[in-house]
Amino acid sequence: MKIKIARYMSKTKETALEYEVDLSDVTLLEVLNEIKTKQDATLSYSSGCRSSICGSCSMRVNDREVLACAYKVQDGDFIEPMKNSAVIRDLVVDMDRAYEFNAKAKAWQNSIKKGLNLSEENQTINELQSDCILCGSCYSVCPVYAVNDEFLGPFALTRVWRYVSDKRENEPQSKIDTIQTNGVWDCTLCNECTLVCPQGISSKADIEKLRMRSMASGHSDPSFATSFQGASFDGSPSF
Amino acid sequence: MRSDVLIIGAGGAGLVAAINAHSQGAKVRVITKEYPTRSQTCMAQGGINAALGNASEDSVEAHIQNTLKSAHGIANEEAVRLLCQRAPEAVEWLDSIGVCFSRTKDAKIAQRTLGGASAPRACYAKDYTGLKILHTLYDRCNALGIEILSERYLLNLVTQKSISSDVYIGGATFLNIRSGEVETYEAASVIVATGGYSRVYDSHSTNSTSSTGDGLATAIRAGARLSDMEFIQFHPTALKNSSILISESARGAGGYLLNSKGERFTNELAPRDEVARAINEEIQKGEDVFLDIRHLGEEFIDRELPQERKLAKLYENVDPVYELVPIKPVAHYTMGGIEVDENSSTKIKGLFAVGECANHKIHGANRLGGNSLLELVVFGGQVGINAAKYAKTFDKVIDASEQTQRDKNFVAEVKESTNQIDFYEKRTLIGNIFYNNVGISRDEMGLKEALDAIYKIQKELPFMGVKDRSKTYNTNLVEFIEFVNMLELCENVLVCAISRCESRGAHYRSDIPKQNDIAYKAHTITYREDGVLCVNFVE
Repeated sequence: MKIKIARYMSKTKETALEYEVDLSDVTLLEVLNEIKTKQDATLSYSSGCRSSICGSCSMRVNDREVLACAYKVQDGDFIEPMKNSAVIRDLVVDMDRAYEFNAKAKAWQNSIKKGLNLSEENQTINELQSDCILCGSCYSVCPVYAVNDEFLGPFALTRVWRYVSDKRENEPQSKIDTIQTNGVWDCTLCNECTLVCPQGISSKADIEKLRMRSMASGHSDPSFATSFQGASFDGSPSF
Repeated sequence: MRSDVLIIGAGGAGLVAAINAHSQGAKVRVITKEYPTRSQTCMAQGGINAALGNASEDSVEAHIQNTLKSAHGIANEEAVRLLCQRAPEAVEWLDSIGVCFSRTKDAKIAQRTLGGASAPRACYAKDYTGLKILHTLYDRCNALGIEILSERYLLNLVTQKSISSDVYIGGATFLNIRSGEVETYEAASVIVATGGYSRVYDSHSTNSTSSTGDGLATAIRAGARLSDMEFIQFHPTALKNSSILISESARGAGGYLLNSKGERFTNELAPRDEVARAINEEIQKGEDVFLDIRHLGEEFIDRELPQERKLAKLYENVDPVYELVPIKPVAHYTMGGIEVDENSSTKIKGLFAVGECANHKIHGANRLGGNSLLELVVFGGQVGINAAKYAKTFDKVIDASEQTQRDKNFVAEVKESTNQIDFYEKRTLIGNIFYNNVGISRDEMGLKEALDAIYKIQKELPFMGVKDRSKTYNTNLVEFIEFVNMLELCENVLVCAISRCESRGAHYRSDIPKQNDIAYKAHTITYREDGVLCVNFVE
């Protein structure tokens, strides 16, 4: 089986190297480990748990984000690093900036309601969102970064929804206020994030829910307000 | 660059310590070789123990007695009592910061039974308990503005002798993996929270490839002591081909273990050492062993064990809803660790340790499922507060230049190595030797053979090194230094295992199958004196 791997040394794509391995029905991570330990020790990538839970080994195969430990390699596959983050080397990108959006979006619980017993139903509201492994696949595939590199982005907004929707959160309003700029209204709802999430989370759906909560709490879509400046809602000019 | 408290490792233990040290007003810095959500803690699935009695009657005393029984006589009862007594408030705290625990119909935290527990005691979040706890802790650190530096690999601890010849800590040196530079971070107190050393078993471990025991190896090099290194827990149910963990919750929910004839052969909910040995005996007889959860039904499996189904399909090509899952026991948790006292302090002043890399003497010879997540919350809280308090009293001058220079020289030398012997081959070799000779069942001859092999490989070290000479993100270099650390720990494990001439918990000697309380109801302690590894037994 032959695969091609893009090789980078600090942002510069130097070449794509082809490797041949005598393995079949194995994960991409197993192939990378085989190459690293037996053929080419200079190949760089990140990995950890091997079981799709630590989020370290996200990369792109044939233009699609995958976890290397959960993807079965096919002959002829082309492997690249994730997009929207600076490439440090080969398949390794710098995730610091992406991680920082969690703090910028204030993706945490502000204060807790005392004496509240969470019901089974309440708990399942954000159960899926809290399955996020921060692999960054959604961040890599998001097209908004091409035009706005300050966009809080899919995983950080999913995380905000996880806390906003939590019945235990005492101050959901302040969380909603935080995500009005470079946040919920900047998403194009293209749904790419949903398609690549290894955990089956739809950030797009979470962003839509956050938009509804925003409207309900007095915020409005700024682009809507701008584009219809000087016109009433039905499109007729206002004088 | 100096902080009050430096925490090495950003797993559950490190982050709980950071939150608590911060609560004392200390300037806290956390440094990790990965990112803060990628540690071994995210792989903990089964749950966190607390005698809440939400599913059926339970008591703190029952939790204490179960833990002591599983520890086979060498746990510190006082530490176990503290652990179990604080468990309900530990879970309450996690719940208060937003951990999404699964709930019962009457709005209580759901609990399930893990092996060795007399009641359903493990609070869980589907089979993502560790993941959800870890990520919530990370979010809390963000909320508090705690500094976390990623992708920096611990090289050595910086110690200094005071006028009264006490050894005290002054910080640590790291390899910045991205830049390739050696960096020094000074601090008044240091908490080592770097996780366990199960990867000495290489591919025969459920653990992340990062569980290489770096903190333990650097601690013993710096003059701290390690204890109980021979006690290594084998998890009964890892996937046969890949060693990937199938959570104990599968058996907790009623899963069976079957041999090739389709017969059950053990109590699936006995403590892990007993179940692992029973499986090992079947395998020795030539049987294959399977986990059977088919009778639990698709709906239950998808709701409670979704990870297990996904991993069995991916790595074994079997769907546990319809098929048997081939399994084997592999190295999972290391009970041994940096010796700490009741305050989580080591022998070095200002150096603390917590989590799997530390030995608080609560697991003894065999850890109960659900107690490791509990340990990191209870002792993580304690160590954070103690390290912050110590830092307030710290008034010494630190000179880290000598250690920094030594580490720079070391990195430079490794890059110039002749590299005649491939360390990856040796890493695999050691993993195989350890699995066969230092596994579930051991004997003197096998252990001594393994020690000979380790000494031989230690002698070959100067002929090993890296093939990748570049500075930027050199994982070949990081993996080599991890290998050097693991070699150190292998020697420690073996001298302890050879010295303990009895069977106790996870340390089962087929040549001496009885427990000997007169001679060995004690902790093994290892330390280096003038470069020589010494071993003692201390009660």
